[in-house]
Amino acid sequence: MFRSRLFLGLTGCGFLLCVALLTYGQLRDGNLNGKRQLVKGLGLTDLALFSEARYTRHPSQADLFSAFQDYPAALEHFPSGSLIAPAPVGLNRWISIHDPNERRP
Amino acid sequence: MRRQLKILEHALTSLLRRKAKNLSLLMVYSFTIATLGSVLFLTHALKSEASDSLAAAPELVVQRLAAGRHELIPVAYAERIRTLPGVEKVTPRVWGYYYDALVKANFTLMGTAGEPGELELLAGRLPGAPDECAVGSGVAALFGAEIGDRLVLIDSHEQNRLYEITGLFTTASSLLTNDLILMPETTLREFFAMDADRATDLAVEIYNQREVNTLAKKIRFHLPDTRPITRSEILHTYTTIFNWRSGMMLAVTLAALIAFCILAWDKATGISSEEKREIGILKALGWETADVLAIKFWEGLAISLTAFLCGIVAAWLHVFVLGAPALVPILKGWSVIFPDFPLTGRVDLLQLLTLAFLTIVPYLACTLIPAWKTAVTDPEQVMRN
Repeated sequence: MFRSRLFLGLTGCGFLLCVALLTYGQLRDGNLNGKRQLVKGLGLTDLALFSEARYTRHPSQADLFSAFQDYPAALEHFPSGSLIAPAPVGLNRWISIHDPNERRP
Repeated sequence: MRRQLKILEHALTSLLRRKAKNLSLLMVYSFTIATLGSVLFLTHALKSEASDSLAAAPELVVQRLAAGRHELIPVAYAERIRTLPGVEKVTPRVWGYYYDALVKANFTLMGTAGEPGELELLAGRLPGAPDECAVGSGVAALFGAEIGDRLVLIDSHEQNRLYEITGLFTTASSLLTNDLILMPETTLREFFAMDADRATDLAVEIYNQREVNTLAKKIRFHLPDTRPITRSEILHTYTTIFNWRSGMMLAVTLAALIAFCILAWDKATGISSEEKREIGILKALGWETADVLAIKFWEGLAISLTAFLCGIVAAWLHVFVLGAPALVPILKGWSVIFPDFPLTGRVDLLQLLTLAFLTIVPYLACTLIPAWKTAVTDPEQVMRN
């Protein structure tokens, strides 16, 4: 019964490894006091995770309905943001700057 | 016990006979669990970071709304709120955003009014003089700046301003301070050309936590153009965001999950003629249906439990040791600076048990049902077919 004992032994080790990893994570405080001190001292309200737009940098402080206010194709946290495409760029949307002295054909 | 060990031995021998097939199944199974586990671990760790750190956020933040949008709030509102019974302290906060065209990144600029005291996660010191600043690790990395270097920013009058870096926030705090540039409040007002009687919003401290919602209502009543945001709303926002992001990531991995389900279903239900003959021979030799089912149970459990353990360990290492390189691009979005944050390995046990239940039990069922169907058929007929 060598195989069955080996299997049970390895599975037990794997199980213990899983428990150890999960417990290790729960016991580590990850500088929690330092982070709380920072939040309290500076009055921070949000995580600095997504800095591409105002409402993603400070989602808790953003306007109530702030989708599309920065850029129409920006990744949204609203489902609609991934469904509605940006407005197509047509000829009437181009801005051409000419030199006033330039003679146009 | 000894009998079960012998049945397990037989099941393992049977699995080893079809080594290549079972090994490939084990790898796909482990990969699927590792993918799902990574998404769950990452989003739960981020949710925990948000709820643990932001538990010290201001109890109430009061914004002013004009034409449905956030507007600068008069500092006089702070005096009005301070007179409400139950309010401990009202601090006007001055902060805003700055887009740097050179590095094409957005920064958050924040003013410090009082002395917040020693900060554990700040190397150096907080800015004191008008031409000083402290920056987050993302800002420092982007400019290659260190303490003592000078940071050039362009103010609202299009003038170059030089600020000496007196402090650097450590990487441990980058989830909170990565894009932050901290400077004295008066300096920031000059930078943004903001009047002294205006602030971005007001942070309100309250004596009794149970009065927060009542005070929020009172503030709305006395100052109808304001929007109070409570701490619980801030925390709720983060729970919602990470649930949505997690849902999006799970949707991305859904194709892989479906492919695995088809594979597992095909493998488990489509019992091969070789396996059928094996069951037939065992039955002809006098094995009970229960014994045959026990073999199949152990076979299924050996594969699914091994895959689950391998998948969970791989997911843990991927998220908490390697920093989730496969998932960060989805989280990152369009951010130019993204924090290189060390996550604390917090895992939701309920989520883990749910994942175990949803992956191990269906596989066991898929293995047992066809084996039972074959085991109850006449052995002679099974062997002939």
